[in-house]
Parts: sequence; structure tokens; C-alpha cells
Amino acid sequence: MSKRNGESRAYRIFSVVVLIFLAFLFIFPLYWILTGALKTPAAINSATPEWVPSELTLRNFQVLFSKRSAPLFQLGALVGPTVPAAIRWLINTVFMAVMAMILTCFTASMAGYALAKKRFLGRYLLFSLIVAAMALPKQVILIPLIREMSALGLYDNIWAVILPTVGWPFGVFLMKQFSEGIPGEMLEAARIDGASEAKTFFSIVVPMIKPGIGALAIFTFINSWNDYFMQLIMLTSSSNLTISLGIATMQAENSTDYGLIMAGAALAAVPIIIVFLVFQKYFTRGITMGAVKG
Amino acid sequence: MPQTVSPRLRRKETISAYLFLLPSLVFFLGFVVFPMVLCIVTSFFDANMNANKPDVFIGLANYVELWQDKVFLKALVNTIIIVLVSVPVVCVFSLWVASAIYRMKEGPLSFFRVVFYLPVVTGSVAVTVVWKWMYNNYYGIFNYLLKGAGLIEKNINWLGDPKYALACIIIILLTTSVGQPIVLYVSALSNVDNSLVEAAEVDGATNMQCFWRIKWPQIMPTTLYILVITTINSFQCFALIQLLTSGGPNYATETVMYYIYYTAFKLYRFGYGNAMGVILAIFIAVLSAVQFRLAKES
Repeated sequence: MSKRNGESRAYRIFSVVVLIFLAFLFIFPLYWILTGALKTPAAINSATPEWVPSELTLRNFQVLFSKRSAPLFQLGALVGPTVPAAIRWLINTVFMAVMAMILTCFTASMAGYALAKKRFLGRYLLFSLIVAAMALPKQVILIPLIREMSALGLYDNIWAVILPTVGWPFGVFLMKQFSEGIPGEMLEAARIDGASEAKTFFSIVVPMIKPGIGALAIFTFINSWNDYFMQLIMLTSSSNLTISLGIATMQAENSTDYGLIMAGAALAAVPIIIVFLVFQKYFTRGITMGAVKG
Repeated sequence: MPQTVSPRLRRKETISAYLFLLPSLVFFLGFVVFPMVLCIVTSFFDANMNANKPDVFIGLANYVELWQDKVFLKALVNTIIIVLVSVPVVCVFSLWVASAIYRMKEGPLSFFRVVFYLPVVTGSVAVTVVWKWMYNNYYGIFNYLLKGAGLIEKNINWLGDPKYALACIIIILLTTSVGQPIVLYVSALSNVDNSLVEAAEVDGATNMQCFWRIKWPQIMPTTLYILVITTINSFQCFALIQLLTSGGPNYATETVMYYIYYTAFKLYRFGYGNAMGVILAIFIAVLSAVQFRLAKES
């Protein structure tokens, strides 16, 4: 590497110090959630904060798990054993995020490939529509969406949250960016060899855009997990809630029991943070590829 | 292969393209475009949740009412304040962080990237409830720290005081908004053509000159994208308001997005809520267009 643009040494030390201070501030809320979840009520309701918990307890989690209960699953007439509602909420959330992720990756990779590599009638129009939709506030469509879902009989059903997530065009846009990189000669060669469209897609296109699919998968999973507004308006009954929604409901009911609320917040945040840390590289790539070049 | 495309081949290409697009289009048209159209249409109706009472066409009455609705106007002003504060702060902050970290080694670089992204991943509900605790009048750390430092004499009810509530909301919003811009700026800055920078250095250009003359123009598309997404995000600020203040005290933190939710899901005035949605969308579209124009000119 070349010398560093002559930035003075003092400035570099100064910026590292500031960065470390900022990093501390950005980590602190998470630290406060995790320690708060394990603190005793006395420590939480004290005017002098306990920076490091002096005594750890599982009391908050016990309260969280005993407050409400719900069946583990409901498949038609088949109803599972009763478990703490928070467990059911976690299951709902994982189901929602996984379904949204699979469907988005499947539909978006096909559509992105077609938009990038095929010359067809209406291509320009469709692409403009997608870009325009992306620039609009997503929440604006939620009021009409709730009526549409009621009409479809999907209100208060986890699918009412999944379907619009899959429809959101960011994924198509992202996969179009990745598909641009596929060399046309490879597709041409496959055609000359007499490969069908489906075979070309699965044996040539998919392997080449795999990093893109990975990025989109993790991106969709995290965003769907955290899309509180959509979950809030679509889901109402206690056993259908997601974990974020469940915690928000508990917060409204027990607004002063911060220990309990932090235990809930920890339960909602820790799984998704682990997923993020494990797949962080893909995630970063997804954000950057979706941005510029367009 | 022939370079001129025959009509037959063209039709075949179009059909196969639409087959690939079909699954995606079903979702996109059905659950994004259709509701958008419905949003515009419903905004001209007196619509509610009651299935027995049909929607009544009332023309522009919802839009006329909006401009006389004091709460809506207050919400609009608050929303604009949030955008005007958070967009520049997010851009400058993330550009500074990105330029301070982008030449670091892979380890520290991903550490900082992850740390600044953490509040986004943690999720709006978890982030909001912990801040609510930190702002708390009696058990919150802010009152404790500021009193300890001698900056305030008695506890401040941060979220309950119209003087501070909106600022408190903006602070949380900022921490959840800088993650993505930092990732984007880091990638943009490391893609800047280094030979130009080196050449300028040989010619004796200062750091500031290097930045403004060479790097800044090259990262312009990223800046533009960040401006647009931050504007959209700030306009949509909702979870913080709903969980912390419900728009209070005395509408001090009422935002357009929260008021839309309130009218539609608490008052069940769907048509009126949709009219607000349309206005919000127009605001965002105009702002994005202005930002594009400004960025192109400079």
C-alpha cells in the first residue's frame, strides 16, 4: 500500500479515539438490554444504575414465559401442546422470515435474470415501474393492503405479512444487478447445445448468481424479522403474533417492568443478531450491490 | 447466430421472459402495485372498516379536510423537521466514519461496520424499549448521568416534555439510520480510482483538495442514493413514535406516518388515511426528484 495521503498522525489517533467512543455508544443499548434481562427488579428500579449487574437472575425470563401461553402449533383441527406464548411467537417469526426468504429468492432470481438478459416487449416499462415502486414509501400501501387481505380471508394470518414482503421489488432489482454479470456467450452456447430455458437457468444462471442469492436471502430474512409495522397491522390474536409484536404488546401491558421487557427484547434481538454476525459478509455485499450501478 | 432478430424469435424471447417474470409479477402486481392504485382510488372516498356501509365517493373532500386539520399540519411540520435534521446529520456522520475506517485492515473494518449496523439489526421494537428505559424519568441513565455531571438540577421527563420529546426521537432515529450509509460509503470510497489520488499527491495537492476534487465527485452517486434512502426512512419514522409517545405530548411528536396509522386503525377512517398516504408519497417523490436534480448539477 502507498503512504496514507499524508494525513497527520495526530489526526489519525484522534479519529481512532472518537471511533472507539462511538462504537461504545452504539453497542451500549444492546449491552443494556442483555444485562437488564438478567438483573433483579431491585437493581432495575434503582435510581442509581448498576453498570455491571451485581446479581444475575432468570426471574425476568420466568415471568416472560409464564405470563401468556399459546398452543405450540395449529394445523387445521390439530392443536399442539400449550407452551409459553413467547415460544410460539418465535416459531411464527422464524416461519415468516424463512418463507419470505425462500419465496423472494425464488421469484426474484428468475425475474432479475429475465430483466437483465432478455430483450422483450415491455421491459423498459416494467423496470421503470419497479424502480418507481421502490422509491415510494412502503407503508403507504398498508391501509389498502389490510382491506385486500381481509377480502382474501388472510387477515390475522402470518401469510398476510409474507406475501407483500415477497412482492417488494428490491429483490428483483438486486438480482438484476447480479445477473448483468453473466456473460452472454455462455447463454448463447447453452442455446446452441439445445438446452431448454429451464435447464439454462438452473445449470448456468443460478450457479453464477449464487452470491447474489445469498445476499438477498440474508437481507430478506433480517428485514422481514424486523418489519414491525406490517406485523402490527396484520396480526392481532395472541397466538399469531411475531416476537417483536409480542414484546410490544407486553410492553404496553407492563410498561414499568423493565426487566421483563428487556428479557423479551433480548429474546427478539439475540437470534437475529447471531444470524447477522454469521452471514455478515453476504449482507454487506447485498447492500452495496443494491445501491449504485443502477 | 443471426444478429437481426426475426419477429418469431422475438416473440419467443418475450414469452420466455414473461414466464420467468410470472411468479414475481404475481406478488409485485398483487401486493404492491394493486394496493398503490387502491390507495389513490380510496383517497377519494369516505371509506371505513364497516363491511355493511359501502364507500361513498366524496371527490377531493379528504384532501380539502387535510389542509384544515391542525393535527395533520403539525404532523407534517414535525416530519419535515425530522427529515431536515436527520438527513444531513446521517450523511455527514456516515461519510466521516466511512473515511476514517475504509483503509483499515479487514478485521477492524468489519468490526466497525458491524457495530454501526447493530441498532438496525437489533430491530425497532427492542431498540425502542431499551431507549424508553434509558429516557425514563426515575430509572433512566440519562437523568442519572446528567445530574451527576451537574448539567441538570432535577430529573427531566424526556419523552413527556414537549420541549425534548421530538429531539429524543430524532436521536434514536439517527442511531438506527447510519448503518447502511456507512457500509455504502466504505465500498464507494474503496472503489475510488487510486491512481488519480496518487497523481494529485505527486502534484502537491492537500488532503482536502484530494477529497473535494477527486473523491467527492466519484462518490456522488452513493451520496445521492444515501440522501434518497435516508429521506424515505425519516419520512416513515413510525415504530419509535408508536412505542414511545403515541404522538404526544400534545402532538409534539406526531408524524405523518403515525397519524396515518392513527386515522386508519384507531378512527377507522380509511379514505382519509389514504389521502394522507398519497400526500406523503408526493412529498417523497418531489424531494427525491429535487435531490437528483441538485446532485446532477453539482
